[in-house]
Amino acid sequence: MAGVGAGVLVVRRMSARQPSYGAAGQARDRWHTVTVNHPPEEVAPDGRLPGPLAELSDAVEVQIRPAPGGRGTEVAARLRSGAAPSGLGGIAARAAGNDPRQQVRSALRQTKQLLETGEVLSPDKPPTTRRTLRGLPLELAARRARGEGRL
Amino acid sequence: MKALTWEGVNELAVTEVPDPQILNRQDAILKVNLSSVCGSDLHQLSGYIPFMRAGDVIGHEFMGEIVEVGPDVRRRRVGERVVVCSVVACGRCWFCEQGLFSCCDNGNTNPAITETMWGYHPAGIFGYSHAMGGFKGSHAEYIRLPYADHIAFPVPDGVDDMSALFASDSAPTGWMGADLGGVRPGDVVAVWGCGAVGQMAARAAMLLGAERVIAIDRFDYRLEMAERELGVEVVNYERTDVDAELRERTGGRGPDVCIEAVGLEAHTPGPRYRIEQAKQQLRLETDRPHAVRQAILSCRKGGSVFVLGVFSGLVDKFPMGALMNKGLTLRAAQQHGERYIPMLLDRIARGELPTAHLATHPMPLDDGPRGYDLFKHKQDGCVRAVFQP
Repeated sequence: MAGVGAGVLVVRRMSARQPSYGAAGQARDRWHTVTVNHPPEEVAPDGRLPGPLAELSDAVEVQIRPAPGGRGTEVAARLRSGAAPSGLGGIAARAAGNDPRQQVRSALRQTKQLLETGEVLSPDKPPTTRRTLRGLPLELAARRARGEGRL
Repeated sequence: MKALTWEGVNELAVTEVPDPQILNRQDAILKVNLSSVCGSDLHQLSGYIPFMRAGDVIGHEFMGEIVEVGPDVRRRRVGERVVVCSVVACGRCWFCEQGLFSCCDNGNTNPAITETMWGYHPAGIFGYSHAMGGFKGSHAEYIRLPYADHIAFPVPDGVDDMSALFASDSAPTGWMGADLGGVRPGDVVAVWGCGAVGQMAARAAMLLGAERVIAIDRFDYRLEMAERELGVEVVNYERTDVDAELRERTGGRGPDVCIEAVGLEAHTPGPRYRIEQAKQQLRLETDRPHAVRQAILSCRKGGSVFVLGVFSGLVDKFPMGALMNKGLTLRAAQQHGERYIPMLLDRIARGELPTAHLATHPMPLDDGPRGYDLFKHKQDGCVRAVFQP
């Protein structure tokens, strides 16, 4: 029973990666969104894009809006139409770290950290770990972990 | 430096690893004085949480002396004796502002792993797998402290190292179970598990006004310790029917608050244990939730169940009907330690919260593998092995 549940979970996760569709039926990348615990005027003073998102400005559309309940500012970004690879090419790009959506997620996370804490938290290094065959999938997952996920 | 590292399932070694460095301006470096084993380490050690890599330094309950600070550390200074929360939290995101420190948005440097498993990522935790940030653990001579101003707390004069140590993880975890479980004066509280966290939860319930606290375990030496050190009532679940015992002791009502401090490797009395193990091995469930089931079934109508024990994935035979039809509140969390540690240190200083008795086996870090062996197999009256690097 739990195995079936896990299967459903995986399907749900995979479907969450599906693109949304615009009015004309064209596939579009979903909005990737973080909420920053600061008011909009501090997140984007004078309408300027915050932090690392500014470096992606040619590749992404960005929306900035107040979060409900005084919970800060919602910062949303998505690739301009057609920028994200799909199918086998998309899988290969993700594994290689070349999928532009990874850059968007990473930029959003870094932007949020910079605004809230003043720095981007570095993973511990130098590593104490050794490369093993069993550890390879985890090593790859950790290497991509700042650009992947459900964001 | 010397450190205790995970080398594979049920394999530990004391090895030489690189010294930690200041990597962010808000970091500090701590010279570890004491570092304790924890029951949740056993889930990593046994491979139930498969996010460890060979060479990972383990350990997350610790205290010591600050020996270096980054340029943006404002509140902590070199030479301070501090206890460090096991949870790496920034202290400034919305979740931290709400006191939900283990839900911190910024403390986990590998967010994708847990986002994919659980929907959103929690905070980082020292020495607690790459799913929780891959931070090096405290079973080492030195450790890096990210967000040092927010996770390290000065130990008051008069509190010895061993007493302060358990304010890092066990005491705040236990306190959180009683606090967020909603313990009120006059309540009857049942606590599953008499390890360090369960004992701290039991003591916290007493301090929050519970009239009776009943601690449940199967190891007599732990039950005797809880009875002797904390003054709680005890039940050995291998010798009695826990549900019937609790019913009898609560006038047929059931406990008002049930706190589970056992986690995903729960033991089950009788042949059901083998069935649970088989289901886990066959991946029909990843975690064994016997104590959670029992807490939900035993709890009074309209009562509260708090899950402190660590779970990682999916469980089977979860009593959803009892939860819903009895109108229970179910809550759980990794510890929000930053919210409680200063208050707990004050209580330790005033003698209200005894902790040092938990350290049954202090030993040099070189004996780390032996310490975990004693702890895992509950040998020689072990409640906690504590390493002195």
